[in-house]
This record gives sequence, C-alpha cells and structure tokens, in this order.
Amino acid sequence: MSKRGYFGELWFGAKSLLIGLKVTIVEMFKPIVTVQYPREECDITPNYRGHVELVFNPETGGCDCIVCGMCAKACPSDCIVVKGEKKEGEKRKSLSLFSLDFTKCSLCGSCVEACPKSALDYSQDYNIAGFTREEFHYDLIERLERRHIQPLAAAAGGN
Amino acid sequence: MPPELLRMIIAAVLVVSFVFLNAMVLGYMERKVSAHIQRRPGLMEVGPHGVLQLIIDGLKLIGKQLVVPEGSNKFLFRLAPLLSFAPCVLPFVVIPFSRKLQIVSMDVSLIFILAMTSINVVAILVAGWASNNKYSLFGTFRSVAQAVSYEIPMLLSLLSIILMTSTFSLQGIIAAQKYYWFILVQPLAFIIYFISGLAETNRAPFDLPEAESELTAGFHTEYSGMGFSFFFLAEYANMFTVCSIATILFLGGWKGIPLPLGDFTGIVWFMLKVYGLLFVMIWARWTYPRVRFDQLMSFCWKYLIPFALANLLITAVVVKLI
Repeated sequence: MSKRGYFGELWFGAKSLLIGLKVTIVEMFKPIVTVQYPREECDITPNYRGHVELVFNPETGGCDCIVCGMCAKACPSDCIVVKGEKKEGEKRKSLSLFSLDFTKCSLCGSCVEACPKSALDYSQDYNIAGFTREEFHYDLIERLERRHIQPLAAAAGGN
Repeated sequence: MPPELLRMIIAAVLVVSFVFLNAMVLGYMERKVSAHIQRRPGLMEVGPHGVLQLIIDGLKLIGKQLVVPEGSNKFLFRLAPLLSFAPCVLPFVVIPFSRKLQIVSMDVSLIFILAMTSINVVAILVAGWASNNKYSLFGTFRSVAQAVSYEIPMLLSLLSIILMTSTFSLQGIIAAQKYYWFILVQPLAFIIYFISGLAETNRAPFDLPEAESELTAGFHTEYSGMGFSFFFLAEYANMFTVCSIATILFLGGWKGIPLPLGDFTGIVWFMLKVYGLLFVMIWARWTYPRVRFDQLMSFCWKYLIPFALANLLITAVVVKLI
C-alpha cells in the first residue's frame, strides 16, 4: 500500500479521474483546429523561403532588375540565366530573359543577397508539383507578368 | 398464420435492425466525439458531416472475404462470430423501451439479460482458441479473466436494487421508482455497476483484451469481413444493453417529464438516458489511458468488491428495518 493509504488512494484517484474528464469535455467544445487542406489553405508566414521571383515595383510598373548578372554569378548551382538587350533610345539594358532552373536550385538565397537593387525575393509558393522536369524551368519575367502586370491591366480595363 | 407467430417475426426483424442501427449511430457518435475531444472535425467526407460513412463501412465489410487462417479450427472459427452476435441480440427482446413497447414481459428479465451478456465471454473464448494465433489467445485470456472477475461486483451492485424492489421484472423495477430514481439512494451501486459495465464490454480504460500495441486486435485479430463486423455489432449491442440496464435500474427507465408526444414520450426519455450514458462511456474512453493488468485486478478485488459487499449489507439492514 502506498503512503496515501487505502482511502487516501481512493480519494486521490477519484479526484484525478474527474479532473481528467473535465479537461476532455472542455476541449470538446473548443473550436476545431484542423485545416481541411485541399479545400482550405493556411496563410504562409512572410519568412517562407520558396523559389526566387522578381519583385514587382508598383511605381515603375515592372521590375527593378538592371541586368547586372550578380545573381547568376552568386548562384552556386548555376541555375539562373539573365539576359538583357539594349532597346532604341534607352540608356541601359533592359531585362529580356530571367530563367530559373528550380530542379537545380538549393534555395540558398545567395542571389537574393547579391542583388544590388533588391529586385529578387522569395516567393510564397509551397505546393508546387509537376510531371516533367521542364515544368520547373521557370521564366520569371513571364511569372511577373502573369501575377502582377496582367491583373493590373485587367483591373484598369475593367474601370 | 397465428397472430403470436406473426408478432414474433416482426419483433425479430425489428430487434435485429435496431442492433444494426444502434451500431451505426454509436459508431458515428464515437468517431465524432473522439474527433471533437481531440479538436479534429472527424468524419466529413461521405454525406453532410459524414453521416453516411457508417453505411459505406458496412457495405465494405459485407463485400470482404472471410479469410479462415491455416491450421485453425475451421468449424469453431466460423461459429464464434454467430455465438457472439446471437446472445447480444436477445436482451433487446425483454428491454422495456416504454410502457407498452416491450416484446416479451418476463418475471426474470434481469436474470435473462445478465445470463445472455455473459455468454459473450464464451464466444470470445471460442474465437481466440479457434484462431490458432498467439495474440488472439492472449487477448482471450485477458478478456475472460477480466469479464469473470468484473461480473462479481456487477451482480453485487445490482443485487442491492433487487433487495429494495424484491422483483426481477424490469417493468416492476421501473414501477418501484415512482417517486425518486434509485441513483439517489444507491449512488455507490450505480458507480460500481457502471465501472464493471465498462470492464464487461471491454471498453477503455479496461480494453486490455484489444490492446493494439501489444496484441494487434486481441481475440478478433484473424477475423475479416462479416466475421469481424459481427464482433463489432456485438460489442455495441452489449454497450447498449449495459447502459439500458443502468437506465432501468438507476435512472427510472422510460419515466420522465411528460412531453407532448403521446405514447412516444417514454421511448424518447429512455433513448435520451441510454445514449447519455453511452456518451459518458465514449467520453471516458477518450480521456483515460489503458490500465495495467495488475491495476485492473487490484481495483476489482481491493475496491469494487468490498464496496459492493458493504453497500449490499447496508441496503439489507436498511430494507429490513424499514
């Protein structure tokens, strides 16, 4: 027999059992915490580091990339290709190709740190999947157009 | 066709369908309550809030093959699920669902129910023995030892009610609770009965015979398809029987505040009380961890039996004096 004695054990046991029942019944009426994933989605934390993307600058209506090529040099996996061309009547080269081979990217973030104009940032995409590896060869200019410039144009056209 | 035979056929169909319906309702209730206790939504996919899930589960089980393991006793292996299911259906024949809704009124209905629920142990013994599997056999050992030892406090606690009413007829016991429920004068007997009932139906925290981590599924490890579902139905039917005895003996049976439902008032109150107790059973299952075997036995022999005996003695003295 333990130090509580026969009736002490009974009293202690009964009390703790009732406390246990109270805990579960209180939990039962609290709201559900499960997120039913394909139908509902959580907000992703701003610190999430997805693949890199070009940052949209609302003032210029494009990106701030100056085609310096620092990101491509900084990349340890050689997965970034940047090309620019000089258009008529412009002082600087403007961006014509920014491709990211995400199959090789190790998400180290060196390109984001290397960018002098802060034109690169991490995206919030977390549920990426595909059937071929070519689907992960991203054209980031096309992505910027699709996500920022086209919706703006559509909104302007709608008004 | 003689009217009595017709009545019996209708009653048999109703009772069996009620057993299936009860298993579905309880299965749904158990999964939903457990989910909400763990703050999950539980069944959501089939039908609104998953209400049709249990029908799909039933269809799946019916469609499955009953695999008879190599080296097992084939006759006993096939017999055991039926042996488990049939006696679990029979108590429903004598349970008074309301003043008039009772299939057979027997003077010894309580003894009949207790005898029928005890036969379940034999079915478990047969199932575990015939499976030719060590885990099934271990589960059987535990189940039988547990059921046999918890039968004693269960019967002793019910006996103190019998001393007060001096009848074994369930309608008679309900009639004796005209002014007050017996739980008010016999709270200890109710608690002892309910704990023994949990152990008798192999429910958590006394579910050692089905301890997944040690014995996979205990005595029904080798069963699949309808063989398994008969044990499943029998377990839920047994739970209903245990709770309906508790309702009839301690909570006034079908008696309750009159509702504007005519003859259905009784059955509504009866079902509310029984499913309330079943909710407590499920609630306890998802609260307590499984006990150890020595704890199980010492709780029965050191606490339940002495208290049941003392309660019986005091009841006998009080009944004699009044």
